[in-house]
Amino acid sequence: MTTNQQTKPEKTDAVPGAPLLEVDDLHVEFRTRDGVAKAINGVSYSVSAGETLAVLGESGSGKSVTAQTIMGILDMPPGVITGGEIRFHGRDMLKMDKDERRKIRGKKIAMIFQDALSALNPVYSVGFQLAEMYRVHEGMSRKDAKARAIELMDLVKIPAAKERVNDYPHQFSGGMRQRIMIAMAMALDPELIIADEPTTALDVTVQAQVMDLLAELQRERHMGLILITHDLGVVADVADKIAVMYAGRIVEHAPVDKLYSSPAHPYTEGLLASIPRLDLKGQDLYAIKGLPPNLMRIPSGCAFNPRCPYAQDICRADVPPLIEVAPARHSACHFAQQVLDKNGGS
Amino acid sequence: MGRYVVRRLLQMIPVFLGTTFLIYFMVYQLGGDPISAMFGDKAADPVFVRQMREEYHLNDPLIVQYWYYLTGLLTGDFGTSFSGIPVADELKRAFPISIRLALIAFAIEIVVGVGAGLLAGLRRGKFADSVVLVTTLIVISIPVFVLGYVVQYWLGLKWQLFPATATPGDPTWEDLILPGIVLGSLSLAFVARLTRTSIAENMRADFVRTATAKGLPRRRVVTVHLLRNSLIPVVTFLGADLGALMAGAIVTEGIFNVDGVGRLIYLAVTKHENATVVGAVAALVIVYLVMNLIVDLLYAVLDPRIRYA
Repeated sequence: MTTNQQTKPEKTDAVPGAPLLEVDDLHVEFRTRDGVAKAINGVSYSVSAGETLAVLGESGSGKSVTAQTIMGILDMPPGVITGGEIRFHGRDMLKMDKDERRKIRGKKIAMIFQDALSALNPVYSVGFQLAEMYRVHEGMSRKDAKARAIELMDLVKIPAAKERVNDYPHQFSGGMRQRIMIAMAMALDPELIIADEPTTALDVTVQAQVMDLLAELQRERHMGLILITHDLGVVADVADKIAVMYAGRIVEHAPVDKLYSSPAHPYTEGLLASIPRLDLKGQDLYAIKGLPPNLMRIPSGCAFNPRCPYAQDICRADVPPLIEVAPARHSACHFAQQVLDKNGGS
Repeated sequence: MGRYVVRRLLQMIPVFLGTTFLIYFMVYQLGGDPISAMFGDKAADPVFVRQMREEYHLNDPLIVQYWYYLTGLLTGDFGTSFSGIPVADELKRAFPISIRLALIAFAIEIVVGVGAGLLAGLRRGKFADSVVLVTTLIVISIPVFVLGYVVQYWLGLKWQLFPATATPGDPTWEDLILPGIVLGSLSLAFVARLTRTSIAENMRADFVRTATAKGLPRRRVVTVHLLRNSLIPVVTFLGADLGALMAGAIVTEGIFNVDGVGRLIYLAVTKHENATVVGAVAALVIVYLVMNLIVDLLYAVLDPRIRYA
């Protein structure tokens, strides 16, 4: 890197240690002809500079919808934000006007999408798409922006960046394309990156490389990172804390090592038990019984109760709140303490 | 790329031979004696008839006649009509008029069609969308001759916005506006609907979402990222349509008295002027083939994933 991207004068407004982004009791629903799907039902989490939050959950758990709402790229309609705040440096972005919001997108908060092949525009060269960030946000000339695009491609370790800058997305391999996506997100040196399943579409060997690159850049630049995934393996190495989502709620929130060693929610327990393990080779893999709930008919009480081995009458009647069960550990389960004790966490 | 173009051009030769022969054959099958037809109700002069039939090789079998025609074409001779006018001259007169008319129709089609389609696609399910859908449906359902007379009556005669009929022989650009509207209307409706569908579909595409997430202004997201991708199917239609606009103007040219290719072909058919019919249609075939090639090449420009070798 020859540019001065390491110095970040615009970040002085951030109070050290204070959360960069706070999602506070967010509610989002999708109003369709078939009915109302309650996608997010009171999600709260926060990310500080230099911190990695992993958001874990099955498809339909609301993890991507939360990310899209933060980015302001939720399709509205059918999506409707029915409550909550999303504060960036303490300011509620949901109350900002369109233009102010747009200037945060890409520049302060950037997003990395799952499938780079469809997320990149097929008819423009990667150089054009990278340079566009500088041309639009910083009014840079075509030539300067292109030079910066090449620097970006070097940054994400794409070989022969100079020769490849005019190539089109389809001419790159999956891993290289995802690097382009990362480069695009890094372009304006954002304070927060949201990565929505950044490695899901990649080969296992490439997954690790891409994840390492992302983690390295995040460390160097002291950015906040929200890593959305359903892959427990990806999370363990890079995340500081984990939020587990189920049916639009956070069911467990804990530092990464604590969560792995001693889950405090039956759903997390089930997820961990379903990871294939070498020492259990030959045995049937554990699977959480049942299916994720239909978001138009979320079960009463705890949404997980029909699938939960601990379920009692109270679980069918009352929604368990997310409460602190041990220092820095939160679980939304009526029997959280019991689950935690069983797993040796207290 | 160069080799691809050469191959495509070479492929045109058999297509051209096949189509001209088919047209020649069909016109031959129309029957009737063109020479006697020249005399109308009066009795034909046998000496003249014999002389003419000899001169125009009408006594030879079809295949020999076609051979004479083809060798003539290769030396640039499109043949001579029975009234003694070289077909090449007739084409030289009629084609520029039809090209001008087609270009006007084409311009209206692109500007109004793509514009309406973009508007409807961006506001799918809203009022503007319904207006575009209903209007295009009406335009598609109305036969061209009805639309032609209605436009001519209201815009040309009643309100006198534009000339109702073209100046005979050499129509001005202004003369061609009304026929241009009528000629382009059907395709305009198709272009609008095609654009609408394509835009609405691509609005949900991941790369449009990426463009928004990059913090680009909405105008740039739509014009740079959405429109370029959405126009690929529209360009295919437009390319094929430019050929059709030139050939398909028979009714329109008739209504507005435009002396273009459509009228030339129509009159030639009624008068059994075989050489004129074949010549005009053969020229249209070439226009079609060339337009198709241009569209295919344009494809590669619009979508870099397509490469020709």
